[in-house]
Amino acid sequence: MENKLIEFRNVSFRYTDEQPWVLKDCSFTIYENEWVAIIGHNGSGKSTIAKLMNGLIFPQKGEILIGDKIIDEQTVWEIRREVGMVFQNPDNQFVGTTVQDDVAFGMENRGFPREEMIRLIDESLSAVGMEKYRLTEPYRLSGGQKQRVAIAGVLAISPKVLILDEATSMLDPKGRLEIMETVAHIQTERDLSLITITHDLNEVTQADRVIVMNRGELWKEGTPREIFTEKASLRQIGLDVPFSSTLAEELRRYHIPIEKEPLNHEELLEELWTLHSKM
Amino acid sequence: MNNLIIGQYVPGRSVVHRLDPRTKITIIFFFVIIVFFANSFWSYFVLTLFGLTSMFASKVPMRFMMKGLMPVWFLIVFTFILHLFINKEGTLLIDWSFIKIYSSGVIQGIAISMRFFLLILMTSLLTLTTTPIEITDAVEEMLHPLKRIKFPVHELALMMSISLRFIPTLVQETDKISKAQASRGVDFRTGPVKDRIKAVVPLLVPLFVSAFKRAEELAMAMEARGYQGGEGRTKLRELKLSKLDIWIYCLFICVIIALFLTRHYG
Repeated sequence: MENKLIEFRNVSFRYTDEQPWVLKDCSFTIYENEWVAIIGHNGSGKSTIAKLMNGLIFPQKGEILIGDKIIDEQTVWEIRREVGMVFQNPDNQFVGTTVQDDVAFGMENRGFPREEMIRLIDESLSAVGMEKYRLTEPYRLSGGQKQRVAIAGVLAISPKVLILDEATSMLDPKGRLEIMETVAHIQTERDLSLITITHDLNEVTQADRVIVMNRGELWKEGTPREIFTEKASLRQIGLDVPFSSTLAEELRRYHIPIEKEPLNHEELLEELWTLHSKM
Repeated sequence: MNNLIIGQYVPGRSVVHRLDPRTKITIIFFFVIIVFFANSFWSYFVLTLFGLTSMFASKVPMRFMMKGLMPVWFLIVFTFILHLFINKEGTLLIDWSFIKIYSSGVIQGIAISMRFFLLILMTSLLTLTTTPIEITDAVEEMLHPLKRIKFPVHELALMMSISLRFIPTLVQETDKISKAQASRGVDFRTGPVKDRIKAVVPLLVPLFVSAFKRAEELAMAMEARGYQGGEGRTKLRELKLSKLDIWIYCLFICVIIALFLTRHYG
């Protein structure tokens, strides 16, 4: 692939000396303009990975490289310009009293001139489809809308990578869809790597590559299709397999030859209606 | 929940709304002082004229103004009555056995009530025509000189604006918790006062716990977005003095001059 953007080299982390390791000797690489999904059950260490990438916490062992810089106390502020993050709870990351104030917050922190802020607010709000809400207060927005504003706030400082740390887990299905569509749209428009951290396997299907975490260890790496072929072991480590994939498994048990692992309803349908011509 | 307004701000585009919040705060600050210099009919007339003109210029509906005056209405009437009975100077006006009302009592009563009325009118005009965030910005700007003596001006303003941002969130949360606790049998509305105060505990504890959790997450989100304190920060919201502000300052200086000229007449 292309250039390396984030590299974990034998990273281990624990919150305090008495506690067990949350992350054990993890090594992986994320490339430019790539969409990577990190999945795993609760406590598998996936959110810790996100915090490590942003320098909110530092590893005890190993090192993390962003571009060619190792994250430490000196480089952390530069790195936060390149790594944007959206958190789980839409309410607890909304700092501004209105949408435009919130989008501006990250830029204000970095000392952007006012004229540029105004231009970038317009630009990033229209990228997430929230341009009509510039002056709206947060309590008038739905969860999905707040998360879109949070994404806009990150986009405004044009980072190289956007991390969504379970950003959809507190939203209703409509909000989830909004976010996933927004994110997919942004990724085609901009030079941006995307890391989505989730335990919802349905969100994984759009990614280029999936990293599966289990008990602080990197359990598997591969394309979504490769990952979903191992349904039994995915279930064993506490992950839910998407419905279309499960259905395909059941159909195979009745000797219906479905060759390609379907990632969504359309692909399963495609397999089924072309089935007769294959037989 | 959708029409929750923090404070009493009434949206509008009037002259008073468009004034720079710093202008409004400065004028009201000095107005509060000069009200106490008024001592004659014409000096009160000048101040009342200024107060009422600002009120009509703000185009804030009367019922909102009245709402602001409501809590102090009693105080105004009470001071008036007190002066009426206590002051025993001037000519005797009414003499009903033990009730004796003198002329200076009436005049003093009216004067003091008028002061009260003007003070409340002007201060509520500020909160009615200025959003809390504008007031916060103005306070930050006006306290700026205090930075020299290491007073945390930026931090104070940030705290104020974050509190404003979280008031509706915490109100919603309180509502949710009180419903959750009510469904578990906590009774907030009936019973003796002691029981009702006790019933607040299961409401406050979860509220505090969640507020602290929120604060922690917010701090992390702010740090992730590059917040490192006030140094080197720029601001999106900008306060600008316009020609209008200068005119209003001139007008207000005229009012002060008129007040001191009329102090001893009438």
